Amino acid sequence: MQSFSFSKAQTVDEATGLGGRYIGGGTTLVDLMKLDVETPKTLVDVTGLPLAAVEKLPDGGLRIGALVRNSDLAFDPTVKAEYAVLSEALLSGASAQLRNMATTGGNLLQRTRCPYFRDTSYTNCNKRNPGSGCAAMDGHNRMMAILGTSEDCIATHPSDMAVAMTALEATVHVQGAKGKREIAIGEFYKLPGTTPNVENALEPGELITHVTLPTPRRGSKQVYLKLRDRASYEFALASAAVVAETSGGHVRYVRVALGGVGTRPWRAHEAEAALVGKPATAEHFRAAAEAALKGAKPQTENGFKVELAKRCMTRALTMATA
Amino acid sequence: MTVSTTGTAPETMTGATAEAAGAAASQHGIIGRPVARIDGPLKTTGTAEYAGDFHLPWMAFAVPVQATVGKGTIRSLDVTAAEAVPGVLAVLHRGNMERLYRAVPNDPNATVSETRPAFEDDRIYYWGQYVALVVAESLEQATAAAAVVKAEYAAETPEVSRELEPFAGKWNTVSTRGTVDAAFAAAAVKVDQTYGTPAETHNPIELHATVAVWDGDRVTFYESTQGVVNHRNAMAQILGVPRENVTVVTKFLGSGFGGKLFPWPHCALAAVASRKLQRPVKLVVTRTMMFSNVGHRPVTEQRFRIGASADGKLVALRQDALNHTSLVDSFDEGCGEATGYLYSVPNLTVASALVGRNVGSPMAMRGPGAVPGLFAMESAMDELAVALKMDPVELRLKNDATVDESNGRKFSSRHLRECLETGSAKFGWKQRTPQVGSMRRDGKVLGWGMAAASWGAYRFACATTVDLNADGKARVRCATQDVGTGLYTIFAQVLAEKTGLPFERIEVLLGDSSMPEGPLSGGSWSTATVLPAVAEAADGAIASLLSIAASTPGTPLAGADAKTLRMTEGRVHRATESAGLPSAGVPFEAVLQAARLNGVSADGRSGSVFEDPKARDLSMHSFGAQFAEVEWEPEIARLRVSRVVTVIDAGRIINPRAGANQIRGAVVMGVGMALLEETVYDRRNGQPINGNLADYLMATSADAPEIDVTFLDYPDFALNSYGARGIGEIGLAGVAPAIASAVYHATGVRVRKLPIRIEDLMQA
Ligand SMILES: Cc1cc2nc3c(=O)[nH]c(=O)nc-3n(C[C@H](O)[C@H](O)[C@H](O)COP(=O)(O)OP(=O)(O)OC[C@H]3O[C@@H](n4cnc5c(N)ncnc54)[C@H](O)[C@@H]3O)c2cc1C
Ligand code: SF4
Repeated sequence: MQSFSFSKAQTVDEATGLGGRYIGGGTTLVDLMKLDVETPKTLVDVTGLPLAAVEKLPDGGLRIGALVRNSDLAFDPTVKAEYAVLSEALLSGASAQLRNMATTGGNLLQRTRCPYFRDTSYTNCNKRNPGSGCAAMDGHNRMMAILGTSEDCIATHPSDMAVAMTALEATVHVQGAKGKREIAIGEFYKLPGTTPNVENALEPGELITHVTLPTPRRGSKQVYLKLRDRASYEFALASAAVVAETSGGHVRYVRVALGGVGTRPWRAHEAEAALVGKPATAEHFRAAAEAALKGAKPQTENGFKVELAKRCMTRALTMATA
Repeated sequence: MTVSTTGTAPETMTGATAEAAGAAASQHGIIGRPVARIDGPLKTTGTAEYAGDFHLPWMAFAVPVQATVGKGTIRSLDVTAAEAVPGVLAVLHRGNMERLYRAVPNDPNATVSETRPAFEDDRIYYWGQYVALVVAESLEQATAAAAVVKAEYAAETPEVSRELEPFAGKWNTVSTRGTVDAAFAAAAVKVDQTYGTPAETHNPIELHATVAVWDGDRVTFYESTQGVVNHRNAMAQILGVPRENVTVVTKFLGSGFGGKLFPWPHCALAAVASRKLQRPVKLVVTRTMMFSNVGHRPVTEQRFRIGASADGKLVALRQDALNHTSLVDSFDEGCGEATGYLYSVPNLTVASALVGRNVGSPMAMRGPGAVPGLFAMESAMDELAVALKMDPVELRLKNDATVDESNGRKFSSRHLRECLETGSAKFGWKQRTPQVGSMRRDGKVLGWGMAAASWGAYRFACATTVDLNADGKARVRCATQDVGTGLYTIFAQVLAEKTGLPFERIEVLLGDSSMPEGPLSGGSWSTATVLPAVAEAADGAIASLLSIAASTPGTPLAGADAKTLRMTEGRVHRATESAGLPSAGVPFEAVLQAARLNGVSADGRSGSVFEDPKARDLSMHSFGAQFAEVEWEPEIARLRVSRVVTVIDAGRIINPRAGANQIRGAVVMGVGMALLEETVYDRRNGQPINGNLADYLMATSADAPEIDVTFLDYPDFALNSYGARGIGEIGLAGVAPAIASAVYHATGVRVRKLPIRIEDLMQA
């Protein structure tokens, strides 16, 4: 770990004015600092900012402060009742201790668990060292992504929470030197392309202040299903967040996002298009899953993820329409 | 009750006292009673002191620098930047460190894990090998400085492949009888398959830690070791000092699973740094180093050929077992451990060989040899049962052995048959329908599988001293250590049984090499080893007390024949007086006080079973049967272990509570072995790429099945007068093959290479 200066901000303006790296729960950042993967010179502790509330909005939506802890958010009564997919996704992630520390803003920005990214003795990591190559392609790549990968990076986006927020079509609210702006979650995460070091739409110094969720869709059912080797405390091999509404045995509305398989939380637009208006049957769910995984590019060790993601999505759709 | 090893009792002792005393109002029948561990409260309140907890004034912190290549030569080592880091006291490496001696090869009392001392030459044999050691005022400074040591290597491509075949080297015959190849060729039904187990890393929660403190020419180690005596002896040889100048203290161990049996190179490094700086030095191995520098269960690859008659009688059994080892040590896993005696079969050969890999030296891990060996053999037996269309329990019963056919000896006590029958009944095995995928519950497919388990029974040399003191306390001392299994409590139970004293008046002092020499904590032999020695010492001390009572004027027992006196419930009385009555005799301390003695003491000893003429003609093993249920959801490729029933024949169980805890822990570990654990080496540089507790998967609480444990409790008096064998390892021996067989029963996929992964099962 390198030396750094540390200050604690009391207001959002103070935080953005200090010009340092924000630290929430620190469960990603401190971990990576200990590994010398992250070497910020200045840390700005944002946990004192008044952004720790979950509030109902007049339009029926929900506003989640960037500092709401993952466990508080998961057990919030409104979230449990109206955004169950979010609660389930949060509770499926990490461990109770980590969830107690982790913040909403920090969770959105957590970094990949790619082992070669986490170890500086590998000089070849395009995400850490732009232009240096990718140690994972030719290495241990069982956990890597199969969707949205590029020639330069195949790292999986690890967050469960962000997958649920993607299915819920959340909006990320940020504030920086140039003022406030809103970014739809679908625009927030960037594909790696030739610049895997650029992971999201944030400008330098921008602070996430809130996440808002639209009014819950009346009559919809929500499911988060996470598949992994062990029963807890493991990142997803494949996960699916589904918000669906059916009537008369047909799918009227559906949002699907996949986790554990994409370089970003993966919105399955093709699957949604293939489903709307169709009978809610296993056959159509499977066809939708096929459509979602059509572009999958497996690596040497993770070919099974293609089929696993399909099964995961099919089951989640079945549960959400039962 | 006190479990401290140095006499300074932590404040929370009273907590221990209250609970232990409550459980033991009368000490009659204390052997075999499920008493709570006397050290439990110290651990649950965080007051137990582990090696890394010793924090001494003026202590310095050492952090090793690890090689980042898996094979090659150090070209240059630049430590200038490291030396310039504030707080750095020394950077030791091959160029400036005093040479360490090697420990004497094959000295059974001074065994080391990795025989090559750190920095001995400039070759790199495995990724993570120590190339330098930074010592600084603080851990943070040492860590920062270690990160800026610049090593350059002439790197070569390491060999770390998990595939051990094709193997062209020499095989070594471990056991043979009859003519196995001819019998196999002629057998009516055959199985010929190769099974593999991965490198598994010992991951006790307590990291390896050494605190070394020199005082003149004497050195004390606060150490995380499973053998304080062996550690002392080995350190004396490596550091070149007389044995009596070395003391090793291990009050508590956060477990070791075999990884902490013998010293590793970092132990001597800490001592050298401390000697050089003349300051206490603490070195705690990091979790990453746990995966490369302090042992692992080696990769095994075992071909099994089993031939049987059409009605299921075994006619031929052949095991050819390979295991990988490091390039600096020849570690033989011993996969044939249980093969020779478990079943009756006239023609048998077990052969083994080692394959060198650029990995750190392997080390015994819970049930070494037997655990990977039985995974292979019991999986092959299950395949044979399928081929024979025979029930797997039936197949085992049919081939039960009555003598140890590997050497013709009688078993001291063998109840495998009863384990199988009891387990079958408890599990409900009779309900099983053999067709793959034929059983269902709540929409899930059920798979049922079973396996036999076995582990050797041993007793080694042990000396203890028991004191009966005028302060009314009994004390026992022994240079062995409680690795977390409950040995403190075993000592206390024997002393309570002998003296009738409650636990709060008994002190057990372990984990200090200057005490009478006790056993290494390995091979499940601690309890069997210490029992007779403690009993003898206690008997001796009591005899001495009684004769003093008889000859001390002024006590009500003066003038009595010592032979007619007894010690019961802490009181000395005439045999004719009914024991336990407050009116009978006098408190034992009153005798000592009257005689103006501080106390009486006696030594007790037990010898090794290998030198015991009574035991020489017997085959001594523990046996077990394990039954597993898995739930399989093919639609989402999800497999979970839902239930494991274990029946163990391990002699008399001294403490069923601590004993069952050992089995339960082993079952959970077995779930990890079957489904999760594997140290993955990057083939380009040999790095254990999942070397942390998030990426190296072990079973979590959520993965733990419903666990049922039964002990048969047949005493084995050939091993010791208590009839106790050991239970630390056997609980793991049948779990993985039982699960693998259950997985086959549920899915139709036979996985012969552990761990069983989702990708294997997706072929179903
Ligand atoms: C062992 C382990 C297992 C895990 N398993 C899972 C899992 O199964 N599923 C899962 O989803 N996650 C998992 N996680 C990740 C965990 O969810 C994240 O570490 C956590 O959510 C990060 O939140 P934090 O507040 O601690 O972030 P921090 O570490 O504080 O910050 C993370 C990043 O966000 C930035 N940041 C923080 N707050 C703001 C803000 N308001 N505005 C702008 N930038 C900000 C920081 O600068 C930093 O770059 C695991 C983590 C660990 C260590
Ligand atoms: S996958 Fe991405 S993060 Fe991992 S090594 Fe390659 S470039 Fe780096």
